[in-house]
Amino acid sequence: MFLGLSYEIVGAWISVLLTLSIFSYLYDDNPFYKAAEHLYIGVSAGYVASLSFWTQVYPNLYGRLWPRIDNSEFGIIEKAWYGIYKVLGFVYKPAFPDGGIEGHEEIRWIYIIPLILGIMMLLRLVPKLGWLARWPIAYIIGMAAGLRMYGYLNSDVLLQIQASVIDFSQDWISIINSLIILIGTLSGLIYFFFSKEHSGIVGRISKLGIYVLMVKFGASFGYAVMGRISLLIGRFDKLIQYTDPSYAYATYWGLGIVIVGLILWTTSNKKNNKRA
Amino acid sequence: MNLKFKYLLIFSSVMIFYYLGHGSFFVEGNELMFVVIAITSFILHYYIKLSRDGGDIYLRPIAGMKAIEESIGRATEMGKPVLFVPGISDLDRVETVSGLLVLGHVAHMTAKYETELNVPVSKSIVMEAARETCQEAYLKSGRPDLYNDNMVHYLTDDQFAYAAGINGIMLREKPAAVFYQGQFYAESLLLAETGNSIGALQVAGTGSSAQIPFFVTACDYTLIGEEFFAASAYLSNEPELIGSLKGQDIAKLVAMISIIFFGILELFNFFGFIQFSSIKFLGA
Repeated sequence: MFLGLSYEIVGAWISVLLTLSIFSYLYDDNPFYKAAEHLYIGVSAGYVASLSFWTQVYPNLYGRLWPRIDNSEFGIIEKAWYGIYKVLGFVYKPAFPDGGIEGHEEIRWIYIIPLILGIMMLLRLVPKLGWLARWPIAYIIGMAAGLRMYGYLNSDVLLQIQASVIDFSQDWISIINSLIILIGTLSGLIYFFFSKEHSGIVGRISKLGIYVLMVKFGASFGYAVMGRISLLIGRFDKLIQYTDPSYAYATYWGLGIVIVGLILWTTSNKKNNKRA
Repeated sequence: MNLKFKYLLIFSSVMIFYYLGHGSFFVEGNELMFVVIAITSFILHYYIKLSRDGGDIYLRPIAGMKAIEESIGRATEMGKPVLFVPGISDLDRVETVSGLLVLGHVAHMTAKYETELNVPVSKSIVMEAARETCQEAYLKSGRPDLYNDNMVHYLTDDQFAYAAGINGIMLREKPAAVFYQGQFYAESLLLAETGNSIGALQVAGTGSSAQIPFFVTACDYTLIGEEFFAASAYLSNEPELIGSLKGQDIAKLVAMISIIFFGILELFNFFGFIQFSSIKFLGA
């Protein structure tokens, strides 16, 4: 309960006010929109930071580097390693409990590399050592390029070649469809030739290619707009649901507050403009 | 030794090594992919080398490229800032890397014309890379005094909160030129519509095929798909990038020939002239 109201009602009111504040953007960049925007950015940034730490960094890095394991057979290196962990525990005990973090059964030393890269990234905060942040960036780009090359070649080249080969054992409508795909693929590819001037036959085929692309974009646009409308309907459904007395007429009140607020803001703006 | 012969020799050696080590050094079942990767890599390397050695490579003009300079010039004339949005993906996406390369060129021009540049980002690592890119561009342009870290600033990781933040920036700062260069998802139309409503000259570039329609609808110029990836080569004029662009064109040509070749084989197979199914071979 919050001020005698159930959390459900409070949640409905916050939801209505924020939704209508964001919608008020359609009128102008007003204080309601600004408040909702800043709240949204601030809350989401904080939430994502916290979520990333507790769901990614903590279990995948700290959990692997300092797992809770039997320490009776620890050598000098392991003891020194867990000494660092004790320092972390001293800084924040609830996150770094005595003995290590639950979840893994052995120390994964390879994870020292991401730890070092992470520290190098943070060194950006130290002006003299800021250049070290370039190393992890270079690592990320290089690793991603190598890793994705396989995926791109598989999905964009091999699978496309496979999909473009016409299966003549199908019915004639499917064969015509496959033929359209084949022509579309070849002309689209020719449009994306950069080292050849688009004139003559190449120019004509590339023009066909751009028509094929535009047809695809048009279909994609219509499909996505339908998806957006269904999202809007979902939002309106909620707003209608919150008009119910069980939510203390949240939508009506929210609408009233926003409309009155906008009228007052516009009036005061006009007055200020006249004075200026 | 002739360059083509040298490459052919190395390629053959790699193939022989693969054949001999098949099953022991190399995993079985990926033969076709190995050949495709090897061919693509050799083609790319060959043209990069050719370009580095001063080979003349023609690149056709792309309308969107000129628009980049045009829009920065417009912002300068109007005395308004330039907004650059590098998308919502991290640096492990090729679109983001390509977007940052375009950012380097944009930053170079804003430094030259002393125009304000604003780069809101949604990923911390992208922020670091974008700062490096802008700093270097300002330094190269001889105006390090105009650079400050705040021109590249973090908003949030959340997709729609990021979009709301950029919309707010657009409405308040009223930039004269807006660039969307990177990977975008459902926020693309929200951004482009707002940019359109404030009358900014908008240049978009993305490899996200589902978002291109929105940019085409709401922006003045759009670099679609590979045009966007080619932009970095056009703008930088670096032989490595130009060579790789030519190499990609040849790789596309090889793909087209393969499509036609396997199609003809399938047709022959259907009429019983040969006993080879392309569809089965390619695993379709």
